[in-house]
Amino acid sequence: MAVLLNVNGVPRRVAADPAKPLLWALREDLALTGTKFGCGAGLCGACTVHADGEAVRSCQISIADAATLKITTIEHVAATATGRRVAESWIALDVPQCGYCQAGQIMAAAALLAHTAKPDDAAIDAAMSGNLCRCATYVRIRAAIKRAAGVVA
Amino acid sequence: MTGALARRMLLKTGLVAGGGLAFELAAPVATAVTPAVTGSGETVPIGAFVRIAADNSVVIAAHYPEIGQGVRTMLPMLIAEEMDLDWARVTVEPTLADEKRFGQQITGGSEATPTNWLPLRQAGAAARQMLVMAAATRWGVAPASLTTADGVVRHPPTGRQLPYAALAAAVATLTPPETKTVVLKQPADFRLIGTSVPGVDTPAIVAGRPLFGIDTALPGMVYAAIEMCPAFGGTIASASLAKARGLPGVRHVMTLNTGLVPDGPADAVAVVADSWWTANKAREALDIRWADTAQRRHSTAGYARAAAAALATAPSESIVRTGDAAAALAGAARVVTADYHYPFLAHATLEPQNCTALWHGATLELWAPTQYPEDGRALVAKALAVAPAAITIHLIRAGGGFGRRLQNDYMVQVAQIARALPGVPVKLINSRSDDLRHDFYRPAGWHRLTAGLDATGHLLALTDHFVTFGKDGKPVRAAEFNPAEFPLQVLGHVAVGQSLLATNVPTGWLRAPTSNAMAFVFQTFLDEVAAAGGRDLPTLMRELLGAPRALAGSDDAPGFHTGRARGVIDKVCAMAGWTTQANRPAGSTRAVTATGGKTKGFGFYFSHRGYFAEVVEISLGPDGAVAVDHVWAAADIGSQIINPLNARHQVEGAILDGLGQALAGQAIEIVDGAVTQANFDGYPLPRIDSTPAITLEFVMTDFPPTGLGEPALPPVIPALANAIHAATGKRIRQLPITPAMLV
Repeated sequence: MAVLLNVNGVPRRVAADPAKPLLWALREDLALTGTKFGCGAGLCGACTVHADGEAVRSCQISIADAATLKITTIEHVAATATGRRVAESWIALDVPQCGYCQAGQIMAAAALLAHTAKPDDAAIDAAMSGNLCRCATYVRIRAAIKRAAGVVA
Repeated sequence: MTGALARRMLLKTGLVAGGGLAFELAAPVATAVTPAVTGSGETVPIGAFVRIAADNSVVIAAHYPEIGQGVRTMLPMLIAEEMDLDWARVTVEPTLADEKRFGQQITGGSEATPTNWLPLRQAGAAARQMLVMAAATRWGVAPASLTTADGVVRHPPTGRQLPYAALAAAVATLTPPETKTVVLKQPADFRLIGTSVPGVDTPAIVAGRPLFGIDTALPGMVYAAIEMCPAFGGTIASASLAKARGLPGVRHVMTLNTGLVPDGPADAVAVVADSWWTANKAREALDIRWADTAQRRHSTAGYARAAAAALATAPSESIVRTGDAAAALAGAARVVTADYHYPFLAHATLEPQNCTALWHGATLELWAPTQYPEDGRALVAKALAVAPAAITIHLIRAGGGFGRRLQNDYMVQVAQIARALPGVPVKLINSRSDDLRHDFYRPAGWHRLTAGLDATGHLLALTDHFVTFGKDGKPVRAAEFNPAEFPLQVLGHVAVGQSLLATNVPTGWLRAPTSNAMAFVFQTFLDEVAAAGGRDLPTLMRELLGAPRALAGSDDAPGFHTGRARGVIDKVCAMAGWTTQANRPAGSTRAVTATGGKTKGFGFYFSHRGYFAEVVEISLGPDGAVAVDHVWAAADIGSQIINPLNARHQVEGAILDGLGQALAGQAIEIVDGAVTQANFDGYPLPRIDSTPAITLEFVMTDFPPTGLGEPALPPVIPALANAIHAATGKRIRQLPITPAMLV
């Protein structure tokens, strides 16, 4: 069994059960371990990637379903100007503590800014509340999104 | 620590390949680790490893486990400061677990700073001193005429200068200085310490590079998932493994005796496959019958009934007794009594427990995101019946720790699996439900508190009946009572008794262990006492603290300084505009600061050598829901904030962690001996939309710097509970806080 995926702009062949979640195909078959396993149930956001530009939980989508989508992972986030600004802001504000959730946070934030260039606090809450940070870096996540958006905090 | 530091510091030097210079320093010091972690205060060597390359770039070994507390940045800063290195040219590399070489390697007890503050600076200063000596000899000038900065030795009178790398060969021939001759910088001369230094791994994290234990990748690696008995301590009665073995992708299915982990999971079945997803899914095909009849009798509801029964009788043993509390209560003008309770909590690190192992036939290699590698080594050595030296442990960044990774059950489990697969690397990963259901939990506890006040509202006497969990007549891990609990040391009449309940639940240290519960109990109850005496809590605290002085400490707990406590209390009241007395409604006993629909509550706590006073401001939504709007924190952790950026991170995180424990709905429920929650829907974490503003200030005092991973957490919970009382008149005596408590 093999599934053809489009990951970070490159066609990638994955020889695995088509029911395998995209998360595990990224991590195990494509050596893209930046996308993290947190809950396996779409409850924490650690596995967030972009599918056709939308933030999705990669633990909740099979590779069979992902085959028709353009997938972008944290390793490729800087390929867009918005993603690059988000990543730069994350570094400038030293957002991470343990860092484990941050790939998912960055992907969620980049998707937010791609749709809403200047989000207010309510828009940030709405877009980011599904991404858990056990270290609770939320003060800086909010600030980094605003910095990337050019919004005064 | 000071005495031990006076001993000779050993410094080895040598040339490394490529013409660089290596320093290895080992100064014996007494460990400052809490007994909760090691059980003793033995002396171990501590060292650091610095490598200067020919191009004058420098590698500093980061020898402590990094769990997000910033230690991979902070500890190398101490060396770089005294060595006068150019931080921009420093890279940090993780080490192996090797306490003989590096000294203590435990992330726990907020001890990295107090343990390493002097020795690592002395290491850096000794290295600098040798570089200066080498340059002085080469130029024929007095060492005192030389300066150092950014990895370069300079002779200002002549303008000569040399990069450290150029002095490598000369330094290798010098005798290292003794500790007592090493001169440290004055704090005013610090160039790196006290500046905000971003985490050394931040760029790699943001780029999604492999850093964490779960990212470990080795050629030919296979993946393991593990089925443990849901009821803690249950063993395998029978197991039919054939069906799982026949599934595509499954390589091996094996039973493990993980009863080798003290108080940890007992028997288990491991499924090994070419994908973790496959291995985990194959667990559904396992047919295991557990022998768990006795274990299934345990439940949190049953514990609550047993605790209520225990509270209705006298404590089974006295653990603190001062004066005559019974007589003092009998003669008191007013008596306040209340029952408090807090639940079992999980650690819920976002990176589930995992570990990778490779059995080489006679030796074992482990890639372990652990906080306590040497404990893991000892457990694995025993489990596999191999010498500790036959085990190599790579320290890997962990996606959160919070004390969970002080327990090394996953190391023992993966080691047993790897032993059965010689030459094949195997990565064991817990699913989220495994992680939530097989933790070492913060133990629940119950308290019946009684306070006696005199006619003027002064607190005279305090008693507590503490119902906790125990085994063989002693509290289980993290279920102990600290006899120095404030305000017991400053009262004339105290009686604390204890009753122990049996449990099958593994318990362990959760960020600010015991303090995370006791602060809630004692600071919330003291708010009740203060109100009964017509005071607010800061006022009562100032009365109890009295004149600035150091109270006696113990081997288990450092001494408490009343003046330092007073300092942060006064500071946070000023920061938060605490005006209780002025705002208290006439005739009310409620300690209220109410303006514009917002109320404030106060809490103080001393733990892990740090003094924190915090004020929480809340508002109530139309539905009565509590929204935390602002938290003010004043902290005293001594004379120096090593990395102000990370210091703020740690305090913010601890405060939000504490608010999450109180408000997000965290409470582990046990039915039939097993945890019922399976994921974050049942065990919620705080989210960005509940994050308040946080204002933090440090009170600088002339004491050695101490740690920040933990002490900011405990006081925020009582401060929140006290703010809710100010808003609603309802006392919060039980965690977590639920809407039903507020009406």
